[in-house]
Amino acid sequence: MTSPEYALPRATGFPVRRAAGLAILGGLVLFAFLPLLFGGPDPLKQSLRLSLQGPSTADWFGYDHLGRSMQARLSAALRLSLGLALLSVVTAMVPGVLLGVAAAWRGGIIDRFIGGISEAFLALPGLLLVLMLTAIVPDNPLMLYLGISLVLWVEYFRLTRALSKPLLLSPSVEASRLLGFGPWTILRRHLWPELAPMLVTVGSYGAASAIMAIAALGFVSVGVRPPTPELGAMMIELLPYYEEAPHALLQPILVIFLMVLALQLIGAKEKP
Amino acid sequence: MIRLLFGRLVQAALVALMVGLLTFVMTRFLPGDLAYRIAAGRYGYDIVDSAAAAKVAAELSINQPALVALGQWMFDLVRFEFGTSLISGQPVWEEVSTQLGHTLKLAAVAILLSLLIGPPLGILAGLRPGGLLDRSLILISTGMRALPQFVVGLGIIIIFSLTLGLFPVAGHDHPGHLVLPALTLALGLAAVSNRVARDAMRSVSETAFYTFGRTKGLSEWEVFRGHGLRNVAVPIITYLGVQFVYLIEGVVVVETLFAWPGIGHALVHAIFGRDVPMIQGAAFIMGLLFVALNALVDALCHLIDPRERRT
Repeated sequence: MTSPEYALPRATGFPVRRAAGLAILGGLVLFAFLPLLFGGPDPLKQSLRLSLQGPSTADWFGYDHLGRSMQARLSAALRLSLGLALLSVVTAMVPGVLLGVAAAWRGGIIDRFIGGISEAFLALPGLLLVLMLTAIVPDNPLMLYLGISLVLWVEYFRLTRALSKPLLLSPSVEASRLLGFGPWTILRRHLWPELAPMLVTVGSYGAASAIMAIAALGFVSVGVRPPTPELGAMMIELLPYYEEAPHALLQPILVIFLMVLALQLIGAKEKP
Repeated sequence: MIRLLFGRLVQAALVALMVGLLTFVMTRFLPGDLAYRIAAGRYGYDIVDSAAAAKVAAELSINQPALVALGQWMFDLVRFEFGTSLISGQPVWEEVSTQLGHTLKLAAVAILLSLLIGPPLGILAGLRPGGLLDRSLILISTGMRALPQFVVGLGIIIIFSLTLGLFPVAGHDHPGHLVLPALTLALGLAAVSNRVARDAMRSVSETAFYTFGRTKGLSEWEVFRGHGLRNVAVPIITYLGVQFVYLIEGVVVVETLFAWPGIGHALVHAIFGRDVPMIQGAAFIMGLLFVALNALVDALCHLIDPRERRT
């Protein structure tokens, strides 16, 4: 019998990396959603007079090849990417965690059945699944959302199951049960504090890969179709003009870079 | 070992199941009459009439109930009977097998390149954690991981072929065409594998046996070759298994970007044209490729790490 180990209380300071990530993400969210509050140029309005005009003091972002405001297009594309990523992460997280707890709690045939389904989703690389779903009903962001959520839930399920199994067998949970506490208390007092940090990490990495997938599909012109502003699609549209207007091509690249970097900084675990 | 390979067989069966189900749903969702669609694909839109459609419907037994059709569909799939492409009219199997060759070439070169770039740098950084190399590698690989593959590919195109004029952008006639797409994939893989190698090297170099090797007077290289190499290789190769997801996804994007005539390129074009037999063939073969690569990693780990064999 080993003596009980008392874990030192966790460092309470907020990690610098996570703070930096949240700051970048906050800036991007403001950039994306402020035009909704204050109004701004229409992302679809063309005026060929302004075609490929570079940034100036009046307009910091310049115009694309059809004379559409880059600022309006970037913020619309950000709204799409961030919104779709957030929505898919939440849609994946809730059933993933619930099924994981259910599988760990009940064990036996339920565990094996849900585990088997999750194996089936892991058998195919995620992008293939999303591609095939978008082929069923093309030009529909709903399929993109469905596909990404279907890919992401597996990780929540597997990690929740793996974390919950030993916890549910631990003496503290047994004590709670003997004291007559119901499943809700056990879930909230014993499981949730252990699961929550994992959810932040997996959630932000999941959002990052969702953003990458949306952009990749836009880039190969399978996902969101023009003229809807989308970061990947904007890059492929602006690529032919990279010599005349490098600023236009660099802007969506920079935006996606900052977005993924911020999410990775938020998700990164502090290493000793 | 046998249990591991059995697990991979189950995975292959699951790939067949997923691809089969999804493509089956896809055929049911095709707009318009399926028989007309296929007949138009075969004979051209101008000369399709109801007789041709009826002939197609009879031949492919399109009007049978859904469950029977699904059974037939899955049975055809596992026998690799994909039918003919709705666009080119060629048997899908023929097209896919040539494309598979191109994709395998690209994937193999990419993996080799990534192993030449990532782990050696990671090992050097792991020997001196906190050093200049270590810190700059953290920066570079964090940056690389935040860029989508196609952006890396674009950057490589702009630097190496448009500015320096060293390598061609697209095509597949001579080995020079392979360099840029393979490099794009390899950089993405190396951005992660150097971190894995660095952490593994760091933990190995802190063990008692490694310190003892140094204390007894072995040179840095001897102690690495005798005590470090195998221990570091296991996590790197295991991690390669995780990276295959990235590789397969990368193949789709990178092949499309560089117009490399492989399976990923074919899949994207088939989705454009809603060429269901082609989508089915390409996705199925890519899924199987993923499983096969993973099985290869299992076998390699088994060879390198004798500790696993006892179980």
